[in-house]
Amino acid sequence: MAQARSRKRRIGMQIAEHATGIIASLLFLAPIVWTVLSAFKPAQESRQPPLPPWPTTGFSVENYATLNTFGDGLWLPAQNSIYVSVMTVVLSVIVSVLAGYGFSRFRFPLKNLLFVLILSTIMIPFQSILTPIFLVLTKIGLHNTLTGLVCVYVTLQLPFSIFMMRNAFDAVPREIEEAARMDGANNVTMLLRVMLPLVWPGIVTIALFAFLGAWNEFLAALVLMTDQSKFTLPIMMTALQSGRFGAIDWGAVQAGVTVMMVPCLVLFLLLQRFYIRGLMAGAVK
Amino acid sequence: MTTIAATSAPARRRKLVGTGRRQWIGLLYVAPAVALVVVFFIIPLCMTAWMSLHNWPLMGAHSFIGLDNYWAILRDTRFWNALRFTGYYTVVVTIAIFAVAFPLALFIERPRPLTGFYRTSFFMPAVIGFASASLLWSWLLNVDSGLFSPAAFELGLTEKKVNLLATFQPAFWSIIAMVVWKVAGFTMIILMTGLQSIPPDLQEAAMIDGAGPLARFRAITLPLMRRTLALALILSVAGSVLAFDQFYIILRGGPRNQTLTAVYWIFNQSFVSFKLGYGAALSMVLLVILVALSLIQLRLLRQPEGVD
Repeated sequence: MAQARSRKRRIGMQIAEHATGIIASLLFLAPIVWTVLSAFKPAQESRQPPLPPWPTTGFSVENYATLNTFGDGLWLPAQNSIYVSVMTVVLSVIVSVLAGYGFSRFRFPLKNLLFVLILSTIMIPFQSILTPIFLVLTKIGLHNTLTGLVCVYVTLQLPFSIFMMRNAFDAVPREIEEAARMDGANNVTMLLRVMLPLVWPGIVTIALFAFLGAWNEFLAALVLMTDQSKFTLPIMMTALQSGRFGAIDWGAVQAGVTVMMVPCLVLFLLLQRFYIRGLMAGAVK
Repeated sequence: MTTIAATSAPARRRKLVGTGRRQWIGLLYVAPAVALVVVFFIIPLCMTAWMSLHNWPLMGAHSFIGLDNYWAILRDTRFWNALRFTGYYTVVVTIAIFAVAFPLALFIERPRPLTGFYRTSFFMPAVIGFASASLLWSWLLNVDSGLFSPAAFELGLTEKKVNLLATFQPAFWSIIAMVVWKVAGFTMIILMTGLQSIPPDLQEAAMIDGAGPLARFRAITLPLMRRTLALALILSVAGSVLAFDQFYIILRGGPRNQTLTAVYWIFNQSFVSFKLGYGAALSMVLLVILVALSLIQLRLLRQPEGVD
C-alpha cells in the first residue's frame, strides 16, 4: 500500500517536473520560433496584431523581398557576412593549427613568453583598443575592407583556438610521430598526413567558434566598416531597424533576424558536441 | 646496399641536425599567430596608452597634451554616470542570470527522458549572437508592432499599448529579461559541467547520513562547485561590463541617456564625436578596471577548492 502510494507520488513528481521543463523550454524557444514564423506573414498581415504568431492567410516570402529593397539589398550584406565568416574560419584554423603544432611539439627561444602573450590577450577587451585598430588598418591600407575585419576577427579567436589546438596536439602520443619520422615523413607531411587526422575534432571546434564569433560580431564591424557596401548583416539590419532607410518595416526586420539566426542554429544543432567540448576546454583552462 | 652500418650514421646525424634546426622551425610555425597578435593587439594596445596623452582628432594633426584627457575624465559626469550604470547593470544581470541558470543546471544535470531536448532548447538563444537577439527583442518590445504591448492590449490586460522602452525602469528590466534569455543557457552548461564533476558517492554518503536536499546542496554541491561558480561569474561580469550591442540596438542610450554604458560612451566619444585621444583615455580607464576585476576573480578561482 505504502509502496503503491509512493510510486504514485513519484509519477506525480515526474509529471510536474516535465511540465515545468516543457514550459521553460517553450519560454526559451518561443521568441526564436515566433520570429521565424512571423517572418513568413504577408506584408499586410505583418502590420496587424501579433497574435497568432503564425501567418493566417498563407505563408509568404514578401518580407524577404521587402528586405531586399533596402539599401544595397539583402544579398550584398549576406555575401559580406559569409565572406568574413568563412575567411575567419579558414585563416584562424590555418594559423592556430600551425601555432598549436609549434607550441606543442617544438622547443624554441621565447616559447613560453609568446604563448603567455597570446593567451593573455584574452584579459584585455578588444573594445578598448578599437580606435588604434582603426588607425592600424588605415596605416596598412586595410581600412574599410572586409579583409581588415577578418584580420581583427582571427586575432580575437587566437587565444582560444591556439590553446585548443595545442592541447589537441599534446594529446597525440609521441610514438605515432616517431613512427612516422622513421618512415621518412618530413615536418610538413607529418603535420598534414599524420597529425591532422588525429586532431580534427579540435579543428571542428575552433572552426565552429570562429564562425559564430565572426558571423555575430557587431561593434568592430560597426566601427571599422564605414562604407555601406561593406556592411555585414548585423550592421545592415541595425541601420534598417533604426529607421535609417525610412519607416521601420518590422516584417523585414523579422526576415533579417531569421537570416542571421538560422545558420547559427543549424550549425549548432549539427555540431553540438563540439560546441560543448569547446566550452569545457574554456572551463578547465 | 650495405645495410645497417651505412644508413645508421647519416640517420643519426640527420636527427641531430634536425633537433638543432627544429628550434627555429618551431618559431616559424607560431610566427603567423604572433604577427597577428602583435599587429592587431600589442601595437594597438600600446597606441591606446600613447594616444590617451594626445589631443587626437580624426582629421588634422594631433598634439601632445600630457594628462589633460585624464583630468577631463574626472569632470566628465556622463562617463561616471555611464560607469555607475554599467556597474548597476552588471550586478543586477549577473544575479538574474545565476538565479535562472542554476535551477536550470540542476534540472538538466540528471539524465532522464527529454533531458537532451531541455538542454538544447535552453541553450538555443546562446548561439544566436547579441546583435540578432537584440534585433529580435527590439521587435518584441516595440510598442506598436511588437509582441508584448499589443498582446497585453489585445488580451485586455492594459487599457492602451504601453511603451516599455519609454521610461527607465521598464526599459532596464526589458533588457535584463532579454539578456537572461540569451545568456542563461550558456551559464547553465558551465554550471552543469561543475555539477557533473562532483563524485556521486559523496551525495549518496550524505544521503545515507540523513542529509536533506538543502543540506546536501549547502555542504557538498556549493563548496565543490566553487571553481565553476567563479568561472561562470568571471564570464558573466566581463561580458556585462563590456555590454554594448543590446543598449545600442534596442535603446540607443535609452530614455534620456540613462542607459549609456561605459563602452557606449567610449564609442560615442571616439567614433561619433571623433575625439580619439579622449576615447583612448577612457579606454585606458575601462581597461584598468577590467584587468583589476579579472585579477581579483582569478584569485577567487585559484584558491584551492573544498577548503573552508
